[in-house]
Amino acid sequence: MLCDVCKCNDATVFLTQIIEGKMQKVNLCDACSKDKGVQDPTGFALADLLLGIGAAEEIEKGSSTQRCPVCGFTQADFKKTGRLGCSTCYATFTEALTALLKAMHKGTAHVGKVPQRAHRAGELSDKMRNLSESLQKAVAEENYETAASLRDQIKQLESELAG
Amino acid sequence: MSNAGEWLRGEGPHHQVVVSSRVRLARNLRNRAFPGWAKKAERTAILELIKPHVEKLPEMQDSFSELLQDLSALEKQVLVERHLISREHAAKSAGSAVVMNRRQTLSIMINEEDHLRMQSMRSGLQLKQAFKLLDKIDTALENELEFAYDQRLGYLTACPTNVGTGMRASAMLHLPGLVLSELINQVVQAVSKIGLAVRGLYGEGTEAMGNLFQISNQTTLGEKEDEIIARLTKVIETIIDKEHDARQVLIQKKSNTLWDQIGRAYGVLTYAHAMSSKEALNLLSIIKLGIDLNVFPEDKRLPIDELFIDTQPAHLQKTSQQKLNAEERDHLRAQIIRARLKVLPKPDISKLATDSGNGSSPASSEQ
Repeated sequence: MLCDVCKCNDATVFLTQIIEGKMQKVNLCDACSKDKGVQDPTGFALADLLLGIGAAEEIEKGSSTQRCPVCGFTQADFKKTGRLGCSTCYATFTEALTALLKAMHKGTAHVGKVPQRAHRAGELSDKMRNLSESLQKAVAEENYETAASLRDQIKQLESELAG
Repeated sequence: MSNAGEWLRGEGPHHQVVVSSRVRLARNLRNRAFPGWAKKAERTAILELIKPHVEKLPEMQDSFSELLQDLSALEKQVLVERHLISREHAAKSAGSAVVMNRRQTLSIMINEEDHLRMQSMRSGLQLKQAFKLLDKIDTALENELEFAYDQRLGYLTACPTNVGTGMRASAMLHLPGLVLSELINQVVQAVSKIGLAVRGLYGEGTEAMGNLFQISNQTTLGEKEDEIIARLTKVIETIIDKEHDARQVLIQKKSNTLWDQIGRAYGVLTYAHAMSSKEALNLLSIIKLGIDLNVFPEDKRLPIDELFIDTQPAHLQKTSQQKLNAEERDHLRAQIIRARLKVLPKPDISKLATDSGNGSSPASSEQ
């Protein structure tokens, strides 16, 4: 029996785990089992491995030449490691990751804790959107006095956001 | 660090069944390569950026802070056996560190799979309390460090399985009653169906050693932290009831089998001269059950609980201050167990509790 991951060596490690009521089996060679941390059973979840294999297939559908502008990570790297390169990778590979995350988790959007910094950033961007809309409206209505005041507010907000 | 952590003392709520509760949060710095992808220089820079903020935390005033490169293989293994660092982290060297408090209830790994892996451990069923502490620490650190966070996806992590809350809450359960009455597979399957994961303490599929099982949330996106913890706590409480029920049924219907198991465990542990780690855990589990059922005196609980950790391979080698092969370890393990069990009187079946301490009976002789 060949290893499910590298598909070239004989499998010597056989794993069974019940996930979501379904029995999942994975056969690995010695090298891949070490690589995937199988010999570290406390930190190992078969789900991660299975999802990793699935993830690799999922992500292959996307363009494979794309590189993360921040860390230089590629989809091939994800296929190899099952881990991403940096936080910006989530935006870079968003297309491929969306389906994967949907299959992996309960929901598709975070509903938990919001860091105060992000909370403030979110508020500011909402405020910015409102101001821009008001500005467009004021210009369309040729209400230049309001428009000028709105433009000043936007400028100030921009400098706050940059800070 | 000569003693095992406070969370192992077995004093928390539901401690007869829930050995410990643990919550961990994964956090990363924005726009910096994750530890697995970062070059050594960048990893070191990230470590130097994060570590002072962690050491400065009020909760870490009395703490150990170690660079992984400064720890010997044995020291790392001891930390793994105490669940203070992960095996993955133990494999790290330059550019990684661990900061933990003296009580060993809080441990922060820097540059594990994520830039920050913060975990809080408590004795018994105390997931909510463990999370509360981490939440506070996370908020304090977030004022100093800019964490990778996305409005839609939440906290961004190296592995997509942790994205969102970055939280994994888990409890270690001691379930000899469900194992002896062969009900454990049903429980494991039911729990798996509702999106929770069950693992053995030291892996190997579902046949766990020492009748110890770890149950944790599988998903991190689309559910609030306190919802995850409430759901997990509810499931664990149900399992605790099932375990107590199973013990009652064993006492009433299979008392001979139970008596036999306890007697054999006592006999082998008291007289064996070579014992593997697995055998030791399985037999100690039965002794622990005996204490829960009043067959052994309650005041022997701590020495037995300590043996669960002290008979692990790295702890044995630390005790003997030398590297031992498997045969030598098995011999030493049996020797330590024989010595410690001298304080344990013979099992007294007449004291066999008809209520294993779940509080449903006023006649309960719970401590």
